[in-house]
Amino acid sequence: MASLSEEVLLVVKRVRQRKQDGTLYLMAERIAWGPEGKDRFSVSHLYADIRCQKISPDGKAKIQLQLVLHTGESTTFHFANESTALKDRDAIKELLQQLLPKFKKKANKELEEKNRMLQEDPVLFQLYKDLVVSQVISAEEFWANRMSLNSVEHSLANNKQQEVGISAAFLADIRPQTDGCNGLRYNLTSDIIESIFRTYPTVKQKYAENVPHNMTEKEFWTRFFQSHYFHRDRINTGQQDIFSECAKQDEKGQKSMVNQGVKNPMVDLLSLEDKTLDEGYGTAKVPTSSNPSNKSLRENSNSAIIKRFNHHSAMVLAAGLRRADAPSDQASETSSTDGNSRDSDFFQPPLKKVKLQEAIEYDDLQGETVRKTIALNLKKSDRYSHGPTPLQSQHYSTSQDIINSISIIQQEMRNYKPRLTQVMSSSAASSAITALSPGGVLMLAGGQQTINQLVPTDVQGELKHLYTAAGELLRHFWSCFPVSTPFLEEKVVKMKSNLDRFQLTKLRPFQEKIQRQYLSTNLTGHLEEMLQAAYNKFQAWQTRRMMRKT
Amino acid sequence: MKLNIDGLLVYFPYDYIYPEQYSYMLELKRTLDAKGHGVLEMPSGTGKTISLLSLIVAYQKAYPLEVTKLVYCSRTVPEIEKVVEELRKLMDYYTKQTGAKNDFLALALSSRKNLCIHPEVSSLRFGKEVDGKCHSLTASYIRAQHHGNPSQPVCQFYEEFDSVGRQVPIPPGIYNLDDLKDFGRRKGWCPYFLARYAILHANIVVYSYHYLLDPKIADVVSKELAKKSVVVFDEAHNIDNVCIDSMSVNITRRTLDRCQTNVETLQNTISKIKETDAAKLREEYRRLVEGLKEANVARETDIYLSNPVLPDEILQEAVPGSIRTAEHFVGFMKRFLEYLKARLRIHHVVQESAPQFLKDIFEKVCIDRKPLRFCAERLRSLLRTLEIADIADFSAITLISHFATLVSTYSKGFTIIIEPFEDKTPTIANPVLHFSCMDPSIAIKPVFGRFQSVIITSGTLSPLDIYPRILDFRPVTVASFTMTLARTCLCPLIVGRGNDQVAMTSKFETREDFAVVRNYGNLLLEMSAIVPDGIVAFFTSYIYMENIVASWYEQGILENIQRNKLIFIETQDAAETSMALEKYQEACENGRGAILLSVARGKVSEGIDFVHHFGRAVIMFGVPYVYTQSRILKARLEYLREQFQIRENDFLTFDAMRHAAQCVGRVIRGKTDYGLMIFADKRYARADKRGKLPRWIQEHLTDGSLNLTIDETVQLAKHFLRQMAQPFRQEDQLGLSLLTLEQLQSEDMLQKIAQIAHQA
Repeated sequence: MASLSEEVLLVVKRVRQRKQDGTLYLMAERIAWGPEGKDRFSVSHLYADIRCQKISPDGKAKIQLQLVLHTGESTTFHFANESTALKDRDAIKELLQQLLPKFKKKANKELEEKNRMLQEDPVLFQLYKDLVVSQVISAEEFWANRMSLNSVEHSLANNKQQEVGISAAFLADIRPQTDGCNGLRYNLTSDIIESIFRTYPTVKQKYAENVPHNMTEKEFWTRFFQSHYFHRDRINTGQQDIFSECAKQDEKGQKSMVNQGVKNPMVDLLSLEDKTLDEGYGTAKVPTSSNPSNKSLRENSNSAIIKRFNHHSAMVLAAGLRRADAPSDQASETSSTDGNSRDSDFFQPPLKKVKLQEAIEYDDLQGETVRKTIALNLKKSDRYSHGPTPLQSQHYSTSQDIINSISIIQQEMRNYKPRLTQVMSSSAASSAITALSPGGVLMLAGGQQTINQLVPTDVQGELKHLYTAAGELLRHFWSCFPVSTPFLEEKVVKMKSNLDRFQLTKLRPFQEKIQRQYLSTNLTGHLEEMLQAAYNKFQAWQTRRMMRKT
Repeated sequence: MKLNIDGLLVYFPYDYIYPEQYSYMLELKRTLDAKGHGVLEMPSGTGKTISLLSLIVAYQKAYPLEVTKLVYCSRTVPEIEKVVEELRKLMDYYTKQTGAKNDFLALALSSRKNLCIHPEVSSLRFGKEVDGKCHSLTASYIRAQHHGNPSQPVCQFYEEFDSVGRQVPIPPGIYNLDDLKDFGRRKGWCPYFLARYAILHANIVVYSYHYLLDPKIADVVSKELAKKSVVVFDEAHNIDNVCIDSMSVNITRRTLDRCQTNVETLQNTISKIKETDAAKLREEYRRLVEGLKEANVARETDIYLSNPVLPDEILQEAVPGSIRTAEHFVGFMKRFLEYLKARLRIHHVVQESAPQFLKDIFEKVCIDRKPLRFCAERLRSLLRTLEIADIADFSAITLISHFATLVSTYSKGFTIIIEPFEDKTPTIANPVLHFSCMDPSIAIKPVFGRFQSVIITSGTLSPLDIYPRILDFRPVTVASFTMTLARTCLCPLIVGRGNDQVAMTSKFETREDFAVVRNYGNLLLEMSAIVPDGIVAFFTSYIYMENIVASWYEQGILENIQRNKLIFIETQDAAETSMALEKYQEACENGRGAILLSVARGKVSEGIDFVHHFGRAVIMFGVPYVYTQSRILKARLEYLREQFQIRENDFLTFDAMRHAAQCVGRVIRGKTDYGLMIFADKRYARADKRGKLPRWIQEHLTDGSLNLTIDETVQLAKHFLRQMAQPFRQEDQLGLSLLTLEQLQSEDMLQKIAQIAHQA
């Protein structure tokens, strides 16, 4: 076998390919077929290379599966085991269905991404041409560095999907409709169900516990809408309600949240007052003995509603944030759970200090105002700046606007009065002008003419390309330092040879070319200096390495 | 910048200044010069605190003999900490400008709960537990026992402080609560007692009202503060209630039952001690005869029980003979207790004055006025003699003794009301004896008398003339300052009708009307759709909010609101509300937007600011009148009418409007902030209500926005919000509502500033 370490997901025997019997293997990253009796694969495709799979129609005598590759080639497998052929094929099909999309995305995305980058960035494209097409470095090397460079920003911009929050009113959106015969109908979509699960993990748990085994999905949701858990203002209806446990757990969760206290000391109502009056003092109403019998049923249900809303809002908020700051949340969790005030003493002051400072700050009284801004993380920035507008283009300035603005400018000009008192004297002005004109006192040092006057544009363009290419190579070279791993060692040597090659194949011809045309200007001096610096570094590194080895 | 305030060099730690700050400092300087009291109203968010601190510190530096100390009283712990931080900023600026090292000592003082560093004690959650535990480790006799018996636990931090802390003064600097704790940990000293000790020589002390207004605490903490101090009460709009609360007592049947057990415990302890250590009781008796109440044992740690009446009312004589021995005193307390029990066994409401009560008690059980006056004093002495460690257990008998002392000391300004049951539940017997103070000037009088300058300031003190009247003092300056604005960043609107033209009001007769509730709901719904980020809504009472939320729920209004924003609701449980608040801020922070339903007079309305996006609109549903059927309130109103010639309605409206102003004021915390203020009740449009709003709100209330429908409100609000969403830069403000030093010195600006202060 080619590589034993590969994980084999599925093996199907008696599969024909090109009229030859053999065995089909589905592995973690590729699909392979080997003829019977031989220990190597004659067909092997990476999943990433496969564009799609096709199967023969159901009624056909031959049961086949065809794989179409990105290159356009295709391979057909014929399932020959009479009794289980259909089953085998379907098993393969199912598995491939699961596997292919994963790899497809990866491969395509990469390709697309590279393509897009080259199209969008002409400089990069030129660089690609200079370095890869002319075979200074390989394409892989070129991209390896590029992609990692870009992956950070791209993961923010594209790759990482923004978590969609939950609408606070998702329960309200489930409008019950009367079905005409004393019943109610609720319409549930998968979105709503997901919202319910994300907001109320306990319901999800119940669902997982009960649904396939004890009741159907429909029954589950029927019960859910009947339970007092959904209609929270009804109190204590039925003990056998499966959701009563959820309610209890919610209550427990809420209690623990309350007990944990708040992190922001500025909103902690418990420690707001410095010294509360002792019991029995003051004119405030004596707290009524709060046994529930004292309260009417209505009052009880009212406070239940209030509790419910607070809890619901907190859960919705938490569901939106849960994934985003899971790690940071955990950090604070651990520090707040193990230990009461002792611990909180240690992590509170910084937050408290910050909040206090915030509270006493007057940003307009301060001299310089440094605005702390948070970057918007937008999926579609145009949607943000224009809103969901119809597609037809809009002119923001009407002709009337333009006429108006012209007239305003005219008026301004008419009223323009030079501030003669603040103007320089004419003699000072003229002396400044002469000093700044060519040949003047201040212009002597800048006697050299600028490069764009001396060099024709095509040479300039070529020079620019050389600069970017050299820069790119040098970036690769310098990024290897400090050389800490054998891999880097290898790379630095390779880069050195790349640089050599570059100098030989690109720089030298260019130098010769300009020498032929312009003898005096040393345009490539700086380029050579840069390369020399790299060589020096390389030499130094190499001698040091030799020293160490000897 | 360096300012010249009427000849005084004031360092102001910012590059720019608001015109009203300058004006405020001018008035303040005048008050200090005259050595009188002042009432100053300036909108929140205009830098009141820093103006106060800058001027008074400058004054202290310029005339160290005239003003020796600044006592800054604020209401909540976060407020106190904020003041200290602002002070730190000022002092840093001084050091930077003058180069001299700071020689000022400024510190915050708070209760043990916030300052204790003892590992066991500080882990307790409630202030009372902390106080009790601390007392059981630091009381003088415990420490005396520790000398003989080293296994008796004491607080090593206090011991350390007691042995060395007093000799070495705390170095000059600014000490916030956390700084004190750090300092204490470093030195191994108790921060609480260190702070208590240090306030005597500190230049600036920041603490809460109670340390000055509650006689039980003021007597022990603030007794020795110098007369040449300037006292500032910030956020003072509720100061009268603080005064009243500190001198009122409620007694229920439960209190009496617990008192009964206290008395029994005392009796048992006395008989036990008599057998073992009779000399101790004799010694106490001897001391009482000689009137040496405090002579040798009065240590700072024993102050847990102190006199509930003001110092000048405490009789400077020996305890009368009838309660001098321990047994006699316990018998006396028993008799008093039985009498109170009998009084609580009634079936109809009784209201009487203190003299009537004393007459009745003399006739029924032959208790004289004199021994009653000494009750608190005598109990304190007894508890100390019996060496009772856990004083928290004796809170019931302490309360009764305080009541005895109060009722026999004051003949005026108090009333006794005995109610057999609550109004709402006439079938359940729950007798309560309210001994309530009606005159806030009683508690604050010694403060005005003792200190040379007392400044009462807040964002909402309108109408200004009422505070001097109900607190009974003569201010030398009374001024209200407006907020100069480069853009009108507040938008008060009075919504009087729904779209169906039904009047919106929380008037008692119509507040439960279906149409009113629905219109309130629609208002909130419409606002939730157009206001970005946070909206805060206040209801007049908790019960009203519960009812409205329930009917909104039934009508499906809340569901519709949820489409726009998350809903959080204040509950009666403080911890739960704190959590809701934090979640609310989180929801505003992450852009989802939220609504907080809250209650006027509740904790949220008094102590939490909703800066910037935490509150873009505040809606006041109804006029937050106090519950007028309460007998205590009725008695107080009557007293106000007779003593101060304040009409009942005037006071009620004043009280309602100051709370409404507090609520809506929560949303504007500065000139860069902006917010809608929606008054949803047609009664706000009436001149007598509107006229009682602070001037800085009133002046933005145009005639066009007095009786709007919901639709009109939405239109105006949309317009306002769109305008406010435009970028607002410092340059826009400069010269108008923000001044540089040069601008401040120009002639016409000084003239303009003179108009900001509105003399009442």
